Amino acid sequence: MTAPIKELERVVVRFAGDSGDGMQATGDRFVEATAVFGNDLSTLPDFPAEIRAPAGTLAGVSSFQVHFSDHDILTPGDSPNVLVTMNPAGLKANLRDVQKGSIIIANSDTFTQGNLEKAGFESNPLEDGSLEGYQLYPIPMTSLTVEALKDSGVGKKDAERAKNMFALGVMSWLFHRPTDTTAGSIRKRFAKLPEEVIEANIAAFKAGINFGETTELFISSFSVKPASLKPGRYRNISGNAALAWGLIAAAHQAKLPLFYAGYPITPASDVLHELARYKHFGVRTFQAEDEIAAAGAVVGAAFSGNLSVTCTSGPGVDLKSETMGLAVSMELPLLIVDVQRGGPSTGLPTKTEQSDLLLAMYGRHGEAPMPIVAASTPADCFWAAIEAARIALKYRTPVFLMSDGFLANGSEPWLIPSIEDLPDIWVSFATEMNHDGEFWPFLRDQETLARPWAIPGTPGLQHRIGGLEKADGTGNISYDPDNHEKMTRLRAAKVAGIAKDIPDVEVDDPDGADLLVVGWGSTWGPIGAGVRRVRARGKKVAWAHLRHVNPFPRNFGKVLRSYRKVLVPEMNMGHLVKMIRAEFLVDAKPYNKVQGLPFKAAEVEAMLLELIDD
Amino acid sequence: MTESNGNKSEGNGHIEDAAAGTVAVQLTRKDFASDQEIRWCPGCGDYAVLAAVQGLMPELGVPREKIVFVSGIGCSSRFPYYMNTYGLHGIHGRAPALASGIALTRPDLQVWVVTGDGDALSIGGNHFIHTIRRNVNLKILLFNNEVYGLTKGQYSPTSRQGMITKSTPMGSLDRSFNPISLALGSEATFVARTLDVDRKHISEVLRAAASHKGSAMIEIYQNCNVFNDGAFDILTSKGGRAENQIRLVHGEKVIFGENKDKGIVFENGEAKIASISEVGEDRIAVHDAHREDPSWAFALSRLSQNPTGPTPMGVFRQVEAATYDDQMNQQLAAAQTKLGQGDLASLLNSGDTWEAPERRGSDAPVYAGPERRGRQPGE
Ligand SMILES: Cc1ncc(C[n+]2csc(CCOP(=O)(O)OP(=O)(O)O)c2C)c(N)n1
Ligand code: SF4
Ligand SMILES: [Mg+2]
Repeated sequence: MTAPIKELERVVVRFAGDSGDGMQATGDRFVEATAVFGNDLSTLPDFPAEIRAPAGTLAGVSSFQVHFSDHDILTPGDSPNVLVTMNPAGLKANLRDVQKGSIIIANSDTFTQGNLEKAGFESNPLEDGSLEGYQLYPIPMTSLTVEALKDSGVGKKDAERAKNMFALGVMSWLFHRPTDTTAGSIRKRFAKLPEEVIEANIAAFKAGINFGETTELFISSFSVKPASLKPGRYRNISGNAALAWGLIAAAHQAKLPLFYAGYPITPASDVLHELARYKHFGVRTFQAEDEIAAAGAVVGAAFSGNLSVTCTSGPGVDLKSETMGLAVSMELPLLIVDVQRGGPSTGLPTKTEQSDLLLAMYGRHGEAPMPIVAASTPADCFWAAIEAARIALKYRTPVFLMSDGFLANGSEPWLIPSIEDLPDIWVSFATEMNHDGEFWPFLRDQETLARPWAIPGTPGLQHRIGGLEKADGTGNISYDPDNHEKMTRLRAAKVAGIAKDIPDVEVDDPDGADLLVVGWGSTWGPIGAGVRRVRARGKKVAWAHLRHVNPFPRNFGKVLRSYRKVLVPEMNMGHLVKMIRAEFLVDAKPYNKVQGLPFKAAEVEAMLLELIDD
Repeated sequence: MTESNGNKSEGNGHIEDAAAGTVAVQLTRKDFASDQEIRWCPGCGDYAVLAAVQGLMPELGVPREKIVFVSGIGCSSRFPYYMNTYGLHGIHGRAPALASGIALTRPDLQVWVVTGDGDALSIGGNHFIHTIRRNVNLKILLFNNEVYGLTKGQYSPTSRQGMITKSTPMGSLDRSFNPISLALGSEATFVARTLDVDRKHISEVLRAAASHKGSAMIEIYQNCNVFNDGAFDILTSKGGRAENQIRLVHGEKVIFGENKDKGIVFENGEAKIASISEVGEDRIAVHDAHREDPSWAFALSRLSQNPTGPTPMGVFRQVEAATYDDQMNQQLAAAQTKLGQGDLASLLNSGDTWEAPERRGSDAPVYAGPERRGRQPGE
């Protein structure tokens, strides 16, 4: 007898357990099946900085949340409808996010005296009634897995380790996920392991499905229909992969070789890992001895004619500052990608934050303006990378591309573009003298103020440039006071002039609101969700989200001034809001969160409602 | 001006095209001098090195546009401005990193690094050792004047212990680096030492360096006549030259001294100065710069820390090893052979993909947001 199927519009599932329990891998497999099934989805992996924090402790809890739906969604969800926990610590760490009435599935085998104590439980919550009000399903997953694998030929340790695949099986049954996809993806994921271990994991997964099917534990199972996304071909993609692919696409469009230098740092390393796989695209990746060297190599490669990129996180940005100044001074096109994480110092390496905006804006000595482009969703990292490259190449300037841990590790369905949809990036190298039989490396294009890019190897255009102030035009060393002021203003004007070349900021204001909410970067999802909730209550709110943070779009000031109230939610202590106040003298209000976690839709909603009623 | 932005009809975006059209012509020393006014102090050793390099260049037969000089910051690092080649005057200590970006992406170029003892060994020590370790195809000219020239005379990592400077009125406490030992410890494939005033010797050493594939580190003793005058007098003075310069010539016995009466013996892993009359010429070691094992070269480097006595000059070590840039390009070629030339459309469509059908009718939420996301907000 099978349980009845209940249809849902959207579900939030969180897998939680010890860092060694394979929760990220479990979540990834679930997401792959969910994506292929055609739901819209959004994910939030959350894991400790330690590779293996002490087993069973709260510090060692790793979790993976996925929100999936039959319609378009924006966030990984505020609170899980289903919490799957592989141990007591996973329960303890996550329970505060789970609302009464939600489902909790727990691996009861791990709720031993020792583990309960480690997690700080005085008695067993699966038995003491403290979880009353939740739909609690204790399942002895470890022993069921071991039992299911007793003839599989793998040892007890490997069998026990497969319990996460059992949990995955239970969840796949509960939500009618396509099981073939998952079996295939388990095979791919564990490809390097011995065949019997792969088979055991698949067997554990199937045992989980059968468990759901045959026991009458669950009152019902659930279905979430495919979402009605914009028609086209989709794939699921994480922010870091999308960013890497965006760089490859930008190099393709610009017909330039891609050079990428970096030094490993969470959460940026995956961009390096991803790009290192595409040598057949002519992509050169260079793991340098430190971030300074990476930035230096990128300047050298830009000087010699590559689309040149370095990617890092906050601590690495600090180290690159001086080199960015050199690139500003030499007016060379390159990208500095900052996948932001919690700071200061080492801070929260695996958690998200937006606290580097003012660093990107002002974090160099001297007058050293740099354009800033920000990605707003994981898939949007692709488009943001292309836009940042377009600006850099066209204006011969280093450009900051801002991502963060939430975007980097999160994933969502991505409408795969066709090559014809990609923007045109036209780059031309100087090949001839430009001034009375001489070559002047700082003779600017009148429209863009960009200087010519003459790369080594070009006969007759030998020139020498560096970080010393250059005479306008000739580029020769100049300490002349008036020239320095002129060059300072020219560099500023060049960056400011990019405003003419970017679209106006779009304002989403269907009902003529009083309150404008302004965001940048990864708050796009949570703000959008919050706005939607507010409107669902019949209240009015307008929303503008910035892709370009420096320079601002030309209409931005006008937009800001046309609202009575302006709110700027940021995962920092108020960066954009300071820039807005300084630039436009608008009394914009900050709304800050610095917990290493994205805003919840409900938090944004509450804040908006408060301001609307104010 | 022919350079253009955003105009398809002009220019081009191909490195190969822009860098094409090189014609070999016989050049002279003058052709390698730029039109920039030279701003070193009168009498500075840097002039002599510049003259030697400009003099050597025509002989190497590399067109000017295929040569790049990259430097850090310091008096010596102004060098690129005076060469009629491509030049990048970088930031303090980072020249090897900047140059690596050029060498790694442009195997068609000959890349020279000019750096000082402070630039290379203090602020840039990390890049110096790692670039050498990787064997990136660069010629590194380390102008060692045992002082910070540009910042007016503070002691440097190669200064002798006890040096009195403005920052060390009671004498510096630092023990000094031996750049040759350091380079050898960094797995250098080419290591040499020469001297500013000896035009012939510089040219010989640089010629050898130019033909070396990989990182070539050349320490050049350079007199800073303003802040550390006479640091190398012991090697350049009339009698000192023969008595204290131990000329290393591959395949020849290491013999020196006004009367050719001294030589180097190699015993128990140590190089020692011996009187030929005492030990006999047979025991004098033959210099083998091509030895795979660096211990001979290292032992030679230990004969003098700063030049206070007999000091080996010339090529200590010159061995063949794959260069980083060649290997990087080989990996690219191997990947292309295996996987074919990368195709963007197939990359974007790779992995698990699915087709979203035509949108449902009226219940689809409508939002005027960026279409590129292919999705619309809602929850
Ligand atoms: C980041 C940074 N720190 C300090 C300086 C100041 N500075 C310029 S050159 C130099 C030392 C140069 O000494 P060396 O490399 O031996 O070159 P020399 O002038 O002797 O040729 C210093 C400390 C700088 N330019 N940048
Ligand atoms: S300070 Fe010394 S090294 Fe610098 S230019 Fe003058 S003499 Fe040469
Ligand atoms: Mg010096």
